[in-house]
Amino acid sequence: MSLDVWMRENPLTYIWLGSYAVAFLVFAVEVAMVIHKRKITLRQVRLMRDAGGEE
Amino acid sequence: MAINWFKYSAPTTFYGLAGKLIPWFAIPAVILCGISLYIGFAVAPVDAQQGEFYRIIFIHVPASILSMFLYMIMAGYAALGLIFNTRLSSMMASAMAPTGALFAFISLWTGALWGKPMWGAWWVWDARLTSELILLFLYLGFIALHASIDDPRRADRASALLAIVGSVNVPIIYFSVKWWNTLHQGSTIKFSGTSMHIAMQQAMFTMLAACWMYAIVMTLMRVRSIILERERHTKWVTELPEVQQ
Amino acid sequence: MKPRQKKLMYILAGIALVGAAVGLVLYGLKDNVSLYFTPTQVVNKEVPVGRTFRIGGLVEEGSIKRVTDDLAISFKITDTKNSFPVVYKGILPDLFKEGKGVVAQGKIEADGVMHADEVLAKHDENYMPPEAADAMKKAQEAKSAEAASAAQMAK
Repeated sequence: MSLDVWMRENPLTYIWLGSYAVAFLVFAVEVAMVIHKRKITLRQVRLMRDAGGEE
Repeated sequence: MAINWFKYSAPTTFYGLAGKLIPWFAIPAVILCGISLYIGFAVAPVDAQQGEFYRIIFIHVPASILSMFLYMIMAGYAALGLIFNTRLSSMMASAMAPTGALFAFISLWTGALWGKPMWGAWWVWDARLTSELILLFLYLGFIALHASIDDPRRADRASALLAIVGSVNVPIIYFSVKWWNTLHQGSTIKFSGTSMHIAMQQAMFTMLAACWMYAIVMTLMRVRSIILERERHTKWVTELPEVQQ
Repeated sequence: MKPRQKKLMYILAGIALVGAAVGLVLYGLKDNVSLYFTPTQVVNKEVPVGRTFRIGGLVEEGSIKRVTDDLAISFKITDTKNSFPVVYKGILPDLFKEGKGVVAQGKIEADGVMHADEVLAKHDENYMPPEAADAMKKAQEAKSAEAASAAQMAK
C-alpha cells in the first residue's frame, strides 16, 4: 500500500532502483562470472599441461 | 580473393579471432548505453498517458528482443552442431544460453515493475507474459541439461534437441498479443512503422544496439573459455601465450 | 540421401510436428489462453456460468459513476458492439479512464452485474508527449466538427 504511494511520488527513483539498477547489477554479475570463469579455465589448463609434462 | 570461412569455424582460429573482436564490441556497448540513458532520461519527453513510468521501456524492450533473438540464434547454432557435427557451433550455443536467460529475466523483471503502477498488477497469466516465462525456463532447461551430461558431445546433442523443439515458443511470444486477448499491449515497432515519439525511439534503439554488442561480448568471452576447456589436451592450447606464462 | 541431409530432414519434420501439435493445443484452448472475454461474448453467454472470469474492453464514455455511500464505483465495459456493467470497490490503476482499455475480474451476481474483485488497466502501444496527444485530440475534434458541419450543409 505505502509502496504504491511511494512509487507514484518518486517515479524516477522507482524506475532507477527497480529496473535499471537491477539490470546493470545483472550485467555486472555476468561480466564478473565470465572473467572468473576464464581465470579458472586458464589455471586448469596450466595444471593439465604441468601434469602432462611430468609424465 | 577468397576468404576461407571454414578456417574461422575451427576452434583453433576462432579462439584468436574472438579475442581480437571483444574490445571492438565492448567499448561501443558502453558508449551506446551511456548515450541511450542520456537521451532516455534527459531528452525524451514524458508520455501523455503513462508519465515517467514508460521510461522502463528503454531497458524492457531491448531485453525482450534480445531474449527472443538470442534463443533463435542459439537454436540455429545447436542445429548446425547437430547436423554438421561442427564443434564450434555447439560451443557457441552453450556460450549464448546464460546471456539469453539473463535477458529473459531482465525482461520479466522490468515488465513486472512496469505493470504494477500502470496495469495495477505485478503479474498476470496472460499469453505474452506466460510464454516469455516459458522462454526463461527453456534457457534454464538447456543449461541444466547440458550440465547434467558428462560427455560434452552427447550433452551437445541432447541439449540441441531441446533448443530446437523449444524454438516453437518464440513465434508464440511474438504473435501472442495478436492471436489472443492479452493485458500486454500490441507491438509498438511494426513493419509498417513505429508509433512512438522520435527521441523515445532513439533512446530505445541505441539501447538495443548496446545490448546486442554486450551479448556478443559475453558470448565471445564465454566461448573462449569453453574452447580452452574442451581442447585442453591439444598442443595448440598449451602453446598459447596466456597458458605459457 | 546423405546422413547429414537425413538429419536435417528429421529436424525439420520434428519442428513441423511439434509446431502443429502446439498450435492445435493452443487453438483448442483458445478461450483459456485468452486473458479475458469481450462484452459480446458475455452477452452471447459464451462464458462459464457461476465462475470467476475476466471481461476486457474499453471503459464506456460517461458510464463511470460513484455508487452512493459505499466506496464502490460502477462503470460499463464496451467493445463498441455490446457493453456490460461492472461494480468494483477498491483501488483503481492510474490509467483507468473513460475510453481507455480495462480488464475486470469477478463474477456475475444475481443482479446481472459483474462484481469485480480486481480491475486492471490496459494501455495502448502509442508513446507520445502530452502536447502531441493534445494536438491529435484537437485534430480529431476538428475533423468530427467538420464532418458535422458538412452534414448540416447537406441538409
